Amino acid sequence: MAEIVLETRGLTKRFGGVTASDNVDFTLRARELRCLIGPNGAGKSTFFKCVTGLHTPTTGEVYMRGQDTTGWAPHQIASLGVGIKTQVPSVMDALSVQENIWLAARRFMPVAEANRRTRDMIERLRLGALARRDLGQLAHGERQRVELGMVAVADPWLVLLDEPAAGMSAEDVERMTEILHELNQTTAIVIVEHDMQFIRAIASTVTVFHQGRVLMEDQVDKVMADATVRNVYLGKAA
Amino acid sequence: MGGVQMGSGRDIAAILIVSALLMLLAPLVIGTYTLTLLVIYGMLALSLGLIWGFGGILCFGQAAFFGLGAYTYAIAAINIGESTLPMILAVLVPAGFALLLGAMMFYGRLTDVYLGVITLVVTLILFRFINSTAGPQYTIGTARLGGYNGIPGFQTLNVPGDPDAYIWGDAYFYVCAVALVLVALLVTWLLRSSFGRIALGIRENETRASLMGYDVAARKTVLFAIGAGIAGLAGALFANWAEIVTPALFSLGQSAEIIIWCIVGGLGTRFGPVLGAAGLAYLKFLLGQQSVLDNTLIMGAVLVIFVLFLPRGLVPAIAALWQRATRGRGRRAASLARRRRAEVPYG
Repeated sequence: MAEIVLETRGLTKRFGGVTASDNVDFTLRARELRCLIGPNGAGKSTFFKCVTGLHTPTTGEVYMRGQDTTGWAPHQIASLGVGIKTQVPSVMDALSVQENIWLAARRFMPVAEANRRTRDMIERLRLGALARRDLGQLAHGERQRVELGMVAVADPWLVLLDEPAAGMSAEDVERMTEILHELNQTTAIVIVEHDMQFIRAIASTVTVFHQGRVLMEDQVDKVMADATVRNVYLGKAA
Repeated sequence: MGGVQMGSGRDIAAILIVSALLMLLAPLVIGTYTLTLLVIYGMLALSLGLIWGFGGILCFGQAAFFGLGAYTYAIAAINIGESTLPMILAVLVPAGFALLLGAMMFYGRLTDVYLGVITLVVTLILFRFINSTAGPQYTIGTARLGGYNGIPGFQTLNVPGDPDAYIWGDAYFYVCAVALVLVALLVTWLLRSSFGRIALGIRENETRASLMGYDVAARKTVLFAIGAGIAGLAGALFANWAEIVTPALFSLGQSAEIIIWCIVGGLGTRFGPVLGAAGLAYLKFLLGQQSVLDNTLIMGAVLVIFVLFLPRGLVPAIAALWQRATRGRGRRAASLARRRRAEVPYG
């Protein structure tokens, strides 16, 4: 079995009286691709934020490659070699595509290598024509793609993505899927996602969240066929 | 600006040629005594222009570092009797103070508004404190703080190692002008370096910068301290020019003026704040020679006019005009006008 890269034990996050994330035990191994699904308010985004350091869990622990990272700041977690993409596109609008990706690369390597990697990444994302354009001038799908490039350029061993396909065109989603598969050759990926089409397309193991807890964990087809999941997630009609 | 990349050979050559020309020609029009002050204010504006325009740190108390530099110089010069070490201290003390203050603010994750309030209050505290030190018990070494009377009669700038060889008059103007050029080159180099590019990234999106793995608080603290060091140097140069330091250096009016210089000149550019400071300070100087119109009224009007009609400031407006003139109807003119677009260094 491959090395465990991400593990949570009894992860719980309460906001006042609401338990958004309830005693979640989660394990992810190297080069695994995992989707987190669940209806709105199921606790997947809270779980994501606790893992990435945007929230501090109320109780429970988070381990990355065996290192206890509970309560760490996002920049400390990212420094371990963890790529993070938040739900809302978070990019630097007044800077060029090239500069955005370069800044992400520069954190982990010297200038010359960062320059080279940036060029390669822009090519891989097929953004060559836009390299010098400011992010603020780009379309939504292109911005998402750039952000994915920012996550991927530093060669992370764990990538955490919150709704990467949100608001993207079919063509954009296709390209995103391609990039993710390529990325998955070297890194473990966790994707929080609503879009079942997208999840089917990347065909992964799925963890279903419901009311803050993990409901089940299995191959995407088995999860889709499961009566309980269909009830809580897809609605009874589906 | 324009088509020239920041920090390229052409850019640096342009800085050197323009400043050499200004140093030669400006004294023919304006007296060097007044020019020296304009240069010093230019440096002070550049210090805020750096941290605000490129780091996104709006400091309402840049005057605190200016005053701290001036007082540090005056007190150290009285105690030491030679100007070299006091000049160095005048940079280090404000920078050190800013390092502490910045760490407190940035690690405390204060947002913009609170940052403004705290820097404002710190300026007020320093102003009140220095004002209240008129009594003979307030001394540092042999220097009396002097309260509202300020500190007069300290050793002014001398040739390093020779306390009797004073640098004053025209020579002092050239020293200040060269110091400003050096600071401008330092800022250019800094913005072109990885540190500067990351600072720009932090200005644009702190969350993204921290998700990339950058320690945003540490980097903002360091940038804040660099800005304070430059303001401190300007303060020391001012002390030498005025030959007295008074609590008015810490006044809120002074702080507000620095912000206005930056807005009028153009935020997010290196030369806008310098130009804004020199231009407005000279306007103030001219207005001071007449009594028909109230000085502050005109300064207020200038600010309002700029905010309404040239919200991005003088230098970006000129740069946009220049671009339009040289490239025909600029494709990006519309978006340039729409967004606060800073000059951005490319790799």
